[in-house]
Amino acid sequence: MKNLENIVEDTAVELLKRAANILQNDYVAALSEARQKTRGEIGRSELSNILKNIELAKETSQPICQDTGVVAFMLKLGDNFPIRSKLRKILENATRKATNEIPLRPNAVDLFRGNTKDNVGRHVPLIYIELVEGDDLEITALPKGGGSSNVAAHSMVTPGLGWKGIKQFVLESTARAGSLGCPPYFLGVGVGGGEDYCMFLAKKALLKPFGVRNEDPKVAKIEEELLEKINSLGIGVMGLGEGPTALDLHIEIAARHPASLPVGVVFSCWAFRHAKGRVSKEGKVVFEYA
Amino acid sequence: MKTPVPEPEIRKLNSGDLVYLNGTIITARDEAHKKALEMKKKGEDLPVDFKGVAVFHAGPIMRKEGEEWVTIAAGPTTSARMEMFEDEFIRLFRPAIIIGKGGMGDRTTKACKEYGCVYLAFTGGAALLGAKGVKKVKGVYWLEELGMPECLWVYEAENFGPMTVTIDAHGNNMTKQVMERVSKNKEELIKKLEEVD
Ligand code: SF4
Repeated sequence: MKNLENIVEDTAVELLKRAANILQNDYVAALSEARQKTRGEIGRSELSNILKNIELAKETSQPICQDTGVVAFMLKLGDNFPIRSKLRKILENATRKATNEIPLRPNAVDLFRGNTKDNVGRHVPLIYIELVEGDDLEITALPKGGGSSNVAAHSMVTPGLGWKGIKQFVLESTARAGSLGCPPYFLGVGVGGGEDYCMFLAKKALLKPFGVRNEDPKVAKIEEELLEKINSLGIGVMGLGEGPTALDLHIEIAARHPASLPVGVVFSCWAFRHAKGRVSKEGKVVFEYA
Repeated sequence: MKTPVPEPEIRKLNSGDLVYLNGTIITARDEAHKKALEMKKKGEDLPVDFKGVAVFHAGPIMRKEGEEWVTIAAGPTTSARMEMFEDEFIRLFRPAIIIGKGGMGDRTTKACKEYGCVYLAFTGGAALLGAKGVKKVKGVYWLEELGMPECLWVYEAENFGPMTVTIDAHGNNMTKQVMERVSKNKEELIKKLEEVD
């Protein structure tokens, strides 16, 4: 029988594979709906290419896009789940294995020695751990390409500017991103917390379920407003001016210092790849998506 | 369209046109552009002839099966990095087509107009679709020296695309026009933003 460590490792490999090769139904549906709604021939043709590419990836079990980024795992670690400090080693092994098996392009570059060739390096894969109640370990694999990560933006907005300043910064950041991160985009916006924490909140926001608005109606309204305004910018699919610029946007907020208003904006390209699964302390595995 | 594309045919294209390509496509990124220009300066001959064919900004994933090279993934990379080389490259080697993503700048646009060349935008991330359009790998050069993503892969393409002409040979640059419009829209949208209470 496999021990729990092996089960966690295999689950992480499987999650990376699902994330890299299969785009979740919600996103595929959003992209096909966008194609139906897009009137311009160029925008429609770009969306058709995207959809064809997604299908090819699924059919041939290959990564949707060759850039599978720096590998990241978001964990929710239950109080009674028995593995703790060993998780890094296990996830490093999973990353090496996935790099070989899927295969993933090696993207971890040591600052002095160059590419490590197995996607494992200092602090990489990136691991985020949240402590929660319960017996399970929940793993989300997030292989995110460099193109859309390079357009991420951060600002310590003047607090006096308030939400108006926040909205302005999100619009400016998106305009600056232009075509560089392969739109249509999915956005995560983090507000408050601190200079680093707002970026983490933005990434968390990005991973919220598609189309579900914030539980706070005030924030939900701002999400809707921003999404609409971003689409009025006119960047369009691949920056060619036709079709949607962004398909979804989530905001996560935290309290802040009276003198600062940190804002982080994280973008995903159309190839928004992530997969989630759960391992119980008895070793039972459940995957969230098909 | 089929390579080699004669100049009059290139000059018939307009920005916004959709194009499928048949014929020769040669991959070249930063390193290959640099090396080709340096060799030319020294008066050395290149192993490939770019005249009338397509240059593809891509670092593909290839696999050797027996004696044959197979294209696993071939998506476009960001063309902006090649802006510093491209006008000189077009002038000296006279390709008919540049393929990439994200568009290029004024220098390339000027060279396209002067020498009869177009820039085709291919969907970013659509590497499997790109690979599907490669019928055969006709050759590979500088593989040892530059490595798989940076070297020259010579493809025989069949129905490669569709791609969008974003820089034509009349001086139009669609990406630049879109970005100028975006910048104006942004100013307008920001002016109308409201405070939340
Ligand atoms: S931004 Fe996304 S789709 Fe575009 S090349 Fe990078 S990973 Fe691929």
